[in-house]
This record gives sequence, C-alpha cells and structure tokens, in this order.
Amino acid sequence: MLLFYLFGAIAAGASLLVVLGRNPMHSVLLLIVSFAALAGLYIGLDAPFAAVVQIIIYAGAIMVLFLFVVMLLNAHREDDAPGGAGRLAHGPLRLGAAVAVLLVAELAWALSRAARGGEAMLSTGPGADPAALQSVRSLGNVLFTEYSLAFEVTSILIIVAMVGAVVLARREA
Amino acid sequence: MIPTYVAQLGLVLAVFVMLLLSAAVMVYSERKVAAFIQQRYGPYLVGPRGLLQPIADVVKLMFKESLRPVAADKVIFILAPILSATAAFAAFAVVPFGAETTFFGLLEAPVKLQVADVNVAVLVVFAITSISVYGIVLAGWSSNSKYSLLGALRSASQMISYELSYGMALASVLVLAGSLSLTDIVNAQQGAWFGVIPRWFVFVQPLGFVIFMIAGVAETNRAPFDFPEAEQELVAGYHTEYSSTAFMMFFLAEYINMVTAAAVAADLFLGGWHGPFLPESLGWIWFLVKIAAILFFYIWMRWTLPRLRYDQLMQFGWKVLLPLAALNLIVTAAGVIYVGH
Amino acid sequence: MVPLGHYLILSAVLFATGTIGVFLRRNVITVLLSIEVMLNAVNLAFIAFGRTQGAVDGQVIMFFVVTVAAAEAAIGLALVIALFRHRESLNPDVFTSLKW
Repeated sequence: MLLFYLFGAIAAGASLLVVLGRNPMHSVLLLIVSFAALAGLYIGLDAPFAAVVQIIIYAGAIMVLFLFVVMLLNAHREDDAPGGAGRLAHGPLRLGAAVAVLLVAELAWALSRAARGGEAMLSTGPGADPAALQSVRSLGNVLFTEYSLAFEVTSILIIVAMVGAVVLARREA
Repeated sequence: MIPTYVAQLGLVLAVFVMLLLSAAVMVYSERKVAAFIQQRYGPYLVGPRGLLQPIADVVKLMFKESLRPVAADKVIFILAPILSATAAFAAFAVVPFGAETTFFGLLEAPVKLQVADVNVAVLVVFAITSISVYGIVLAGWSSNSKYSLLGALRSASQMISYELSYGMALASVLVLAGSLSLTDIVNAQQGAWFGVIPRWFVFVQPLGFVIFMIAGVAETNRAPFDFPEAEQELVAGYHTEYSSTAFMMFFLAEYINMVTAAAVAADLFLGGWHGPFLPESLGWIWFLVKIAAILFFYIWMRWTLPRLRYDQLMQFGWKVLLPLAALNLIVTAAGVIYVGH
Repeated sequence: MVPLGHYLILSAVLFATGTIGVFLRRNVITVLLSIEVMLNAVNLAFIAFGRTQGAVDGQVIMFFVVTVAAAEAAIGLALVIALFRHRESLNPDVFTSLKW
C-alpha cells in the first residue's frame, strides 16, 4: 500500500512536471522517471513482464528517440509564446486547471461506477492466481492464439512506421 | 544459526564489494595483459609486481581537480555519471552466481546466491542495459562540447543497434531453456552428454554464442567497437569534459558493464556454476573461472584487433549480425519444435 | 491491499495531466510527450482491470498500446523534424499556412 502511494505520487508528480516544465530536455527526463514509477506499479499489480517491457521499449527506446530529436533540433529552449516569456499565460493556465479538475472528477466518477462491479481488493480479485498471471508462458499463449490477428497487424504497422519515419525525415534530394 | 535476512543483506554487501574489487582487478589485468601482448612489462613499480596499481589509480583520480564547464547543464552533468554507475551495478542484482547454499551449515535455510530471484531476470538485465545508454547520452549532451556530443550520439546509436542482435541471441537461449529466469536457464544446463561433454548451450548454439559475445562487446563500447571513445579521433568522446570522481564513475561503469556482460554470458551459454570436480556448493568458483576466461578474451580482443570505423560498425550490426541472429532464432525454434528437447 | 479505485483515480489524474499538456503547450515536442503520458495512463488502467479479472488480457492489450505508441512517436518525431526544417520553429502556432 505504501509502495502504491510512493510510486503513484512519483508518477503523478513527474507527469505534472513534464507538462509544466519549460525545458523539453528536462521534460523528457522527468517522463522517464514517470515510466519507471509506472513500472513499479505494474510489478505491484502482478505484471512483471509488462513492467520490464515498459522499461525496455518506452524508457529505453522511445525516450532515446525523443532525446535524439531534442538534441538535434536544439530544442532545449522553449519557444516564446507571442507576448509571453515562454511560460503559460495566466488565463489559459487557470482555464486549463479548471478543465483538468473537471476531467478528473468525471473520469473518477465514471470509473468508480465500473469499479463497483469488481470492487474487490485487487489481491483477491475473481480467479486471480498471481502465479498464473505472472507466467510469461500464459501471456504468450493468449497473445498468439486469441490476439494473433492484432499481432500480425501490429507488425505491419511497425514496418509502415519505420518506412514512414525514414521517408518523412529525409532531406529533399 | 544466522537468520536468512542477515544472510541476504550480507549477500548484497558481498556482491557490491565483489563488483568493486573486480573493477580493480580488471584495471590491473588490462594493463598487464596489454603489456604482455605488446611485449613489454606493464606496471611493476607500485607494490609487488604492480599489484597495487589500481589503488594508485583510484587515489590519483580522486585527488584531481573536479572541473565543470560553465555552460554545462548542472543537474544533468552530475546526474549522468551517477546514472551510468548505478545502472552498471544494478544489472548484477539479478545474476545468480552459485547454487543454493547454506554456507557449510551456518544458515537456517539455504539461500540462493542471487540478490533477487525474479522470474523475468533475463529481461531485467536487458532493461537495465537499455537504461545505461542514457548515462552516455546525457554526459555527451550536458558537457556542451562538440566532441562529447558527437561521441555520445554515436555511442547511443551503436548501443541501440546492437541491442537488437543481443536480444535475439538471448531469445534463442530462451527458446532452448523455456524460461526467463536465469536460475532455471543455468539449471537446464546440468549434466553432460556421454558423461564427457557438458550440456552447455554454447555447444548447442555456437552461432548464438558468437553473436552474443560480439553484441556484448559492442554494448559495452569496447574495442573493436569503441569508436565513440576513440582516443585518437575524438579526444575522449563523451567523457571528455569530466575529471576526477565523475570520470572514475564512468571508468568503473564501463568495467562493471563488462563484468555483468561476461557473467550473463557465462550463465546463459557456459553453464553458470556447473563444473566437474567440485561439489555444487562451491560452484561459484567455476563461475569466477568462466567470467575470468571471458574477460581475458575481451582484453585480448581490444589489444589485437583494429578499431572499426563508425559506418562499418553500423553496417556490420544491421546488415550482418541482425540477419544472422534472426536466422539463428528461427533455426533454434524449428529445431526445438521438431526434435522436441 | 490496494483497491481498484485507487489505480483508476491515478490513471484519471495522469490522463487529465496529459490532456492539459496537449492543449496548453506551445512546443510540439512537449505536446508529443503529453500524448505519451496519456497513453501511459491508459496502460495503467488496462493492467489494473486485467488484474481484477484475473486474466492476462490486460497485459496483452498493454503491449499493443505500447507498440502503437512507439510507432506513433516515431512518425510524430519525423514530422517534427520535417516541419522544423521548413520553418525553423517548434511552436505549433507558427504553422498557419493552411488557414483561411
């Protein structure tokens, strides 16, 4: 329980700083911290494979891509909003905070209605057998039988993304 | 009787100290072996046969002036070597180096010689290796110097490219062993065929072992893949602007990464702590012997082979190593299905 | 132990944070980062629900979300590079040539 609050606070705090920070380089690093905290939460949810995959792919590859782009485009100085000093102006900030609070309240209400059906504590959820959940073998089983179509489509998606990224970022010859 | 948690704390401490000592041993042996390859003596003044040379190096590095370029990003500049060193140490936390042992009956219950027995241990090592890329990239960026930045970008792209082949060679072993836990993989290599040839995966997967070793050398930025820290071309690459303690951390991180890569290779391909003539509880001695052999091979490669140029390095990684690794994986998977190990 | 509602509230908070980032930031890279924050919030919800059901489906869907996020980040960043080459700016307000 304590671990949940710790990791949850780190994840929420880091994400907030990502959104509000001035320097995109710092934002990228804070997002990596947030990913690490989320990976800790996944381990608490009996999903160690998901946690490790999150670190390898998200924190280890996608964020390196972001870092490369930030470094190559020299984006470590925030562009000035017209009239502002790069900081969020007060009007939009207050409106944004209000919208955020509304969004959280609505999401929490909607999700708690869904959760009331399965309101059991997570450690004794229906049919929850941690050993089976943690087994990578069962994960692979489900992935390649029930979700095989999604798997194949995703592989095509990745190829398309690779080709697209190379083509889009190429210099005009 | 020593309670188990004390033993586990002691294990953590022992692993930490062992890693530090191994870095010191690596510093000394690299210089001695290099010297013998180059037909000279190497360090012999400090201590008997130069054995205290690493201590002299550490003392020198700690007393140097600690510099920081003015335009460097303060937080990231200090964070980068810490991240490198931490990732290097952390990767060893899931590597088992011996069978369950009770230390000659001193403990209440047998304790595994592994700091944390996670059942996805292989992937944890892989994940922490991915994190160590950041130490390098951030060091290069925050130094605000073109040599550092170039070295860092090259190093990062090299490490990411070779991670793919590393992962696929690893996956071939997983297919053979059927489990992601390093302890299970080592235990799958027990016994011997015809009583003579041990059941190590290196005999079943020779190509996989070669790919893994090459990718490991590239991952740890060692010659012949050390273009990013090429002493002759780039001053010193991503750690140009660092001195004193921070430099020592990078130094340390590199050697400990090598030790971890050697340990993982020994676990995956060379049968971990299994070996003839010794009882199981002393298996860690065999483990150390295997790591020493792999590390000797690393040092030998560095001082024998010429350095690959950056584009040659990337072409090799993508056009040669990756297809070979994929082919190896497919053949292994087919073999397992049709032969049914 | 931790009730499901706690995880869902955390997911909602992260999602709202990401949404605000997408709306309010004047730097395209930070906008992409906020999108990643939102996707992570969704991942957390998936895994929490999967755990409640006692099935691995939550983790499987999370992998697909991660993969799609990777593809989208790659393309998004390629677009950012192409745009930057055109106008030398990372402020989305600068790219107004299609407006009437």
